[in-house]
Amino acid sequence: MNPNKKRLRRTMMFLNAQKPGLIKDPYIYAPDSLMLDLEDAVAENQKDAARFSLYHALKNIDYKGCERVVRINGLETPFWQEDIRCAVAGGCDAIRLPKTESAGDVKKVEDAVTAAEKEFSLPEGRVLIMAAIESARGVMRAMEICEASERLFGIALSGGDYTKDLHTHITGTGIELMGARQNMVIAARATGVQCFDTVYTDLDNMEGFRQDVETIHLMGFDGKSIVNPRQINIVHEIFTPSEKEIIFSEKVVREIDKKRAEGIGVFTVDGKMIDIAFYDGAKRTIDLAKASGVYKGDL
Amino acid sequence: MINAVGREIPEDILEMTGKEVFHGNNYFDGHVFQKAGAYTKCVINSHGSKVIGSIHEALVKCGIKDGMTLGFHHHFRDGDYIVNMVMEEVHKMGIKDITICASSLGKAHDPLVEYIEDGTITNIQSSGVRGKIGEAISNGKLKGLAIMRSHGGRVRAIETGEVHLDISFIGAPTCDDYGNCRGIGGKSNCGVLSYSMVDGDYADHVVAITDCLVPFPNFPAHISMTKVDYVVVVDEIGDPEKIATGAAKPTTDMRKLMMADYCTQFVVNTPYFKDGFSYQTGVGGASIASTISLSKIMKERGIRMRFGIGGLTKPMCDLLINDQVDALLDTQDFDLAAVESVKDLRHFRISAGQYASPFNKGAVVNKLDFVILATLEVDVNFNCNVVVGSDGVITGAQGGHPDTAAGAKCTIVITPLLQGRTPAVCTEVTTVTTPGESIDVVITDYGIAINPIRQDLIECMKDVDLPFKTIEELRDIAYSIAGKPQKVQFGDRVVGIIEGRDGTIMDVVRQIKPFEFSE
Amino acid sequence: MEIMKPAIAGTLESSDCQVTVEPGDGEIDFTLKSSVMNQYGNQIRRVVMETLENLEVSNVKISIVDKGALDCTIKARVEGAIFRSVGQMEHLPWGGAIKP
Repeated sequence: MNPNKKRLRRTMMFLNAQKPGLIKDPYIYAPDSLMLDLEDAVAENQKDAARFSLYHALKNIDYKGCERVVRINGLETPFWQEDIRCAVAGGCDAIRLPKTESAGDVKKVEDAVTAAEKEFSLPEGRVLIMAAIESARGVMRAMEICEASERLFGIALSGGDYTKDLHTHITGTGIELMGARQNMVIAARATGVQCFDTVYTDLDNMEGFRQDVETIHLMGFDGKSIVNPRQINIVHEIFTPSEKEIIFSEKVVREIDKKRAEGIGVFTVDGKMIDIAFYDGAKRTIDLAKASGVYKGDL
Repeated sequence: MINAVGREIPEDILEMTGKEVFHGNNYFDGHVFQKAGAYTKCVINSHGSKVIGSIHEALVKCGIKDGMTLGFHHHFRDGDYIVNMVMEEVHKMGIKDITICASSLGKAHDPLVEYIEDGTITNIQSSGVRGKIGEAISNGKLKGLAIMRSHGGRVRAIETGEVHLDISFIGAPTCDDYGNCRGIGGKSNCGVLSYSMVDGDYADHVVAITDCLVPFPNFPAHISMTKVDYVVVVDEIGDPEKIATGAAKPTTDMRKLMMADYCTQFVVNTPYFKDGFSYQTGVGGASIASTISLSKIMKERGIRMRFGIGGLTKPMCDLLINDQVDALLDTQDFDLAAVESVKDLRHFRISAGQYASPFNKGAVVNKLDFVILATLEVDVNFNCNVVVGSDGVITGAQGGHPDTAAGAKCTIVITPLLQGRTPAVCTEVTTVTTPGESIDVVITDYGIAINPIRQDLIECMKDVDLPFKTIEELRDIAYSIAGKPQKVQFGDRVVGIIEGRDGTIMDVVRQIKPFEFSE
Repeated sequence: MEIMKPAIAGTLESSDCQVTVEPGDGEIDFTLKSSVMNQYGNQIRRVVMETLENLEVSNVKISIVDKGALDCTIKARVEGAIFRSVGQMEHLPWGGAIKP
């Protein structure tokens, strides 16, 4: 398996690939992933120019460990195949397919990516795929989409188009997104891929954004798409485990390691019943704490 | 001769100006001199009014002639009408060879280029120039040398007699018929008249120009009638829209917010951040954002500021309103909130001399803990350039930069690492305006560098979680992104000097040369 | 490549540059206006010439208005203008004539 499939992706920042001022150094804000956009942000008559801009940015700019995801144009457009050639040749880490409605859509992208890797003599399987789900049909097929390709690391909800399809709109309460969020995060967990929430576009309402992130964090999402670097720290803060959680997880991991050696299956930590089922979760908390720069221990 | 910041100062310039090269910040500490004095024409009669009919009449009564030096202030900033009005009249009278000694000149004064070209104006002394005047000087159109001096440096030059003001013009938002001037009230409210106070004391002739004549006495006067010869009333002395703007909306630019946050974190981790500290900041987005975030931490930790100095803007005046500072010492107001704040009894007007002159018995900048400044360029020796643009053209002003930087215990410069493509942190600045010995910390969006001469600050930041780098590392990052910049091509002729605040020569500015491809 | 018709790529926004190409008079006619002429004029010219060479363009009038673009942007805009001029939008030679 491509080791990057499971990397930390709390924040994925959208950037118009056609704007040199935006793509030259977004890494200074330290998002986990960058989403270089060839789709909606780029005007129809600038699709060609955006690719050159993207290609040279990918080749020349050191993004300092931020994952470089390229959002290609949809499969219904005449652009997506050249988008994939350009992004793969440039050395992107992943392709994001918009408007995904079926496993077949993902497979089309997978084939094009494989062909591009071959054409540009790149190791097969390096470039990952993520699928954005933007319709009721896509949400209902989340599970098959998650399982469509070995390259697929996750699915993302795109709330704007989805709510239109649902005959509603973004309300700020999250009510309109409830079903999709729940369905997608369950599908992702069931299939072992990651799940990302939609953007929050009201930059004047940072408190609303914070509440939105707290909600999706509790729902089990792995991260959120963001539209402005001001949103990064808030997401990272919410996704950073608390000191209490870290200490507890550390104890759980150590105790399970020890008790397993002693052949004991169930025991207590801080008065709580613990068994092997807690192990992965505790490990994940430690990994997240490490990535967030708050873990100083030796696990 | 090479000066203390490593700049070669040509011998002929030293001879021509009679100046020394810069020897370091404290070279003149303890220096003794006799102050210059002003010619004074006594008014003993009781006829009651100093109001005369026109600027023309004032010029005639003051004995305007070729070769005189005229003083102006820049409290009206880009909204100033005074300099242009006076110079238009001087030009009409056919007077030549005038030296303009202004506290600063800006884009409002583009029309002066015509008078530079025809020899009406042959010398300019100012904190800086922008726009067309800068282009004219850098293209060699000014007959004499342009002298760029700091706010404190101007007061020093006048008080020592290095410059003698023949006539000074004081644009006064309100004035009475006997010459009591105030910076507040009227249509062109600018708050204070700090830069003109030295003109009142040292110019032979002082002319107040107002568009709002008020009944006597216009008290408390900012410039007293005892110093004013004539009062001229005109329709408009400035454009209020450009004098004091509405308070700038706090920035939402994450790059600036990030630098502001670094700055605040740095400040609060120094030993100077304690109850009773003092602080000055500029008007840039990052500086303002930093003041706002600092005020939050002050509140959380129960720390009060003893005094703030300005160049004031709303966030500083808010500290006064929220009772987080004991006093504001004011030399200039940048927005309407600051102008309004002048009425507060804890908001004190100070003269430019009190503020920043190195040649008096101690200026308030010497009592500063922190100053937060901007810069166009800063080099690996921490020298700053705030006057000459990346195209080699004079396009900025020293203002109080060298004065506050020298005075403050902790001088912080904030700049994005790249200004467009141009690296702000570089190997050698185009022109030195503020010596590196004055600069303690450089904060950029890519990291923070502490001047190695400040081992004490390096020590106290040891465990602080900020992206510290060496200044060379910052330069290297900038060059790795933008490429190594080539130096601006200058001609041989020196068109201006950058004067140190003590009157020594910090650097020279040469005429620009049109760019030519090298291959 | 032979320049077929005039074409433009890029914008006048900060950090970008606008490149205009037209059929030439048998040689490369290069003009540059840049906000960083003094510091990077020679560098920009070098990048443009290299890019043209990679694309085997030797007959072109090319004029650039630069607002502080980095080298990678300058390359992208030159290529953008030239491929527009010949009307090629697909099967582009990434990694070939389009060199990083």
